Amino acid sequence: MTVNSQSPTSSSQGQAGPRKSRSLLAVDAHTKRRNASEARFQFMGKLAVGIGILALVGLLASILANGLSSFRQTYVTVDIFLDPAKLDKDGSGDLAKIAKVTTFGYKPLIKRAMAAAIAEHGIDDQGLKAKKIAALISPQAPATLRNYVLAHPDQIGKTVAFNLLASGRIDGYFKGRVTMDSAKLDRNISPEQLRLADEMHRVGLLETRFNWAFFTAPDASDTRPEAAGLGVAILGSAYMMIVVLLLALPLGVAASIYLEEFSKQNFLTDLIEVNISNLAAVPSIVFGILGLAVFINFAGLPKSAPIVGGLVLTLMTLPTIIIATRAALKAVPPSIREAALGVGASKMQTVFHHVLPLAMPGILTGAIIGLAQALGESAPLLLIGMVAFVREYPAAPPEGFFDPAAALPVQIYNWTTRGDPAFVERASGAIIVLLAFLLTMNIVAIILRRRFERRW
Amino acid sequence: MSFAIRLTTVAVAALAAGSASARDQIQIAGSSTVLPYATIVAEAFGENFDFPTPVVEGGGSGAGRKALCEGVGENTIDIADSSSRIKQSDIDNCASNGVTEIQEVRIGYDGIVFASDINGNKFAFTPADWYSAIAAKVAKDGKLVDNTATSWHDVNADLPDQEILAYIPGTKHGTREVFDKKVIVAGCKATGAYDLFKEQSGGDSKAAKKMCNMLRTDGKSVDVDGDYTETLARLAANSQAIGVFGLSFYQNNTDKLQVATMGGVVPSVETIASGEYPVSRPLYFYVKNAHLDVIPGLQEYIEFFVSDDMAGPDGPLAEYGLVPDPELAKTQEAVANRTPMGPLE
Repeated sequence: MTVNSQSPTSSSQGQAGPRKSRSLLAVDAHTKRRNASEARFQFMGKLAVGIGILALVGLLASILANGLSSFRQTYVTVDIFLDPAKLDKDGSGDLAKIAKVTTFGYKPLIKRAMAAAIAEHGIDDQGLKAKKIAALISPQAPATLRNYVLAHPDQIGKTVAFNLLASGRIDGYFKGRVTMDSAKLDRNISPEQLRLADEMHRVGLLETRFNWAFFTAPDASDTRPEAAGLGVAILGSAYMMIVVLLLALPLGVAASIYLEEFSKQNFLTDLIEVNISNLAAVPSIVFGILGLAVFINFAGLPKSAPIVGGLVLTLMTLPTIIIATRAALKAVPPSIREAALGVGASKMQTVFHHVLPLAMPGILTGAIIGLAQALGESAPLLLIGMVAFVREYPAAPPEGFFDPAAALPVQIYNWTTRGDPAFVERASGAIIVLLAFLLTMNIVAIILRRRFERRW
Repeated sequence: MSFAIRLTTVAVAALAAGSASARDQIQIAGSSTVLPYATIVAEAFGENFDFPTPVVEGGGSGAGRKALCEGVGENTIDIADSSSRIKQSDIDNCASNGVTEIQEVRIGYDGIVFASDINGNKFAFTPADWYSAIAAKVAKDGKLVDNTATSWHDVNADLPDQEILAYIPGTKHGTREVFDKKVIVAGCKATGAYDLFKEQSGGDSKAAKKMCNMLRTDGKSVDVDGDYTETLARLAANSQAIGVFGLSFYQNNTDKLQVATMGGVVPSVETIASGEYPVSRPLYFYVKNAHLDVIPGLQEYIEFFVSDDMAGPDGPLAEYGLVPDPELAKTQEAVANRTPMGPLE
């Protein structure tokens, strides 16, 4: 009853109720609501972009603030007398005998030379003992000296000017990381040593300049952060990228061409397709476990070698390249294929003479983005022994692929776990280097796409 | 995809067969506590000898020993660094894989220190304070009750009124083992909780120790699974916290950390060497004797490691924070004679 009586009234109100006249110029409540909701959405969008940019700027600022100083390094210039009484006791000049003197034997030479240099320039030694004065120089210095003497045995008995690394704390002082206040508490450096360093800086014995060694030198142990460089890591990463490029690009492109142009659509190809998409989403650490099991334990490849890293990263990059290549092939319009087939080209001629060249920019872009991804990947490398302390440069390829090496991302990880605070700066510096590489690769990819990609 | 994997494996196997050459660098893996010392020695070794610099990996003591025991051959490591002594299970595992002769080399001692923010309160701890602060159950009037202490002052009236918050190494660290044994169990005994636990478990001392090591889970004690750098970062974020570090790490960060005494003793290389400071442990590495004449430089490396130049009281290792072994001469002799270790006592 009630239902019957109500529903006609409500419907009659809706249909026949007095309709307000609306002006297009006067904004009514509903439109206001709609506009407000759009404004809200736009605001949220801007907020999201803003937060993203802020996060990026914050991250970059902290990395740059921490890391830019690693591109400069403090050096001490000192004249060192290569004492034959220490280095070549019997005066025979026999290289084998000179090589018997270990780096420990070179320390006294540096100690003496530092004391002499301070006396010569008339600097106040701040009441420091010779050992504390020599501590201004990096523990890397004896090795520098020994290498020089072994390369130039005829210089024994002469005084040679050396450019030696200053110790990590002194270097930190000139970069603002170490202060007089922190030195008071620090057992590795004293304010007197810092004042002496100031004096030496004043007379020009000590200066800070661009740090090429950061890009070329190998890693160094915890006692000499000032000597640590990225040489082995850059080389290792480059080797891995070569392996990835040589394996993933041909394999990926061949697989895509077959799947896209030749294979019949059946259950098997569907399965493969699903698997490729799945593989692209597999966490990279899984590839590391696979690499350890298959390449190292089963195939017997060496640990810490770029070849294994390259193979693991190849597996990781393949799906990316296959997906990108297939998209690029799909983007080539069928009319091109039909035209080629129409004038009598074989299927293979069609693909290689017409379709592939047109798809090439897309394929290369995909490959470069895949490579950039692989370059920044660290998780799988942890499992195959790449996060090791490696000081020997790998040999030239192909033998070098089997030599132990580090890689950029794991070198960063490695440095962040070190005890000496100077490694924080090194790690941030390494991040900057890695970011520069990634940025370059992505820019190349964008340029390739912009300049060569054809749109139909 | 499986096709691709197979293809790459085949290609790789072919490549590997083509350039099969003997490994010429020493490979080392294991404890992250020993890692800095091993890298210092490796670096000096590479500088002074005509052999390539050894490749040193971290990964943890247990993982290192497991890798050592994988078998004999170029694809297995030569030396395992370890911050705790090898276990019978490792030795059995080694034996079943054909690794029969292992040398045990003790390189020195490592101190474990308790440190807090440099600008905060000073602390003088005893193991009992630590037990009462972070154990799950404590003894009170002859009974075991849940730990409700919130401030160090509650635990010991001599300690400052500062909230309890301890960052201790996670269970995968060798450091934790020592912390459990030398601090928590010692404190458990000192507070009388140990006897109560033993009573409860019917005289089983092993079970009692296990119960001692149950720590509170209400956030007063936090396990840090990362390295000491992570503990340091957490201390920087919360200046009220107290962290557990290795002596060498502390010595590299004396401008940020202040160290607490334990039982009235300040930790230093000297007090640890003399045995006054109670929380320390020996550090080892284990060498696979079967590799000695196969991997070039291996014998030279281990002799160099324990030489007076490196591991002695004035060497770079002691400078970095390793407590030198007073019986180093004995170790040097054993290494020169390649004496394999006997059964664990």
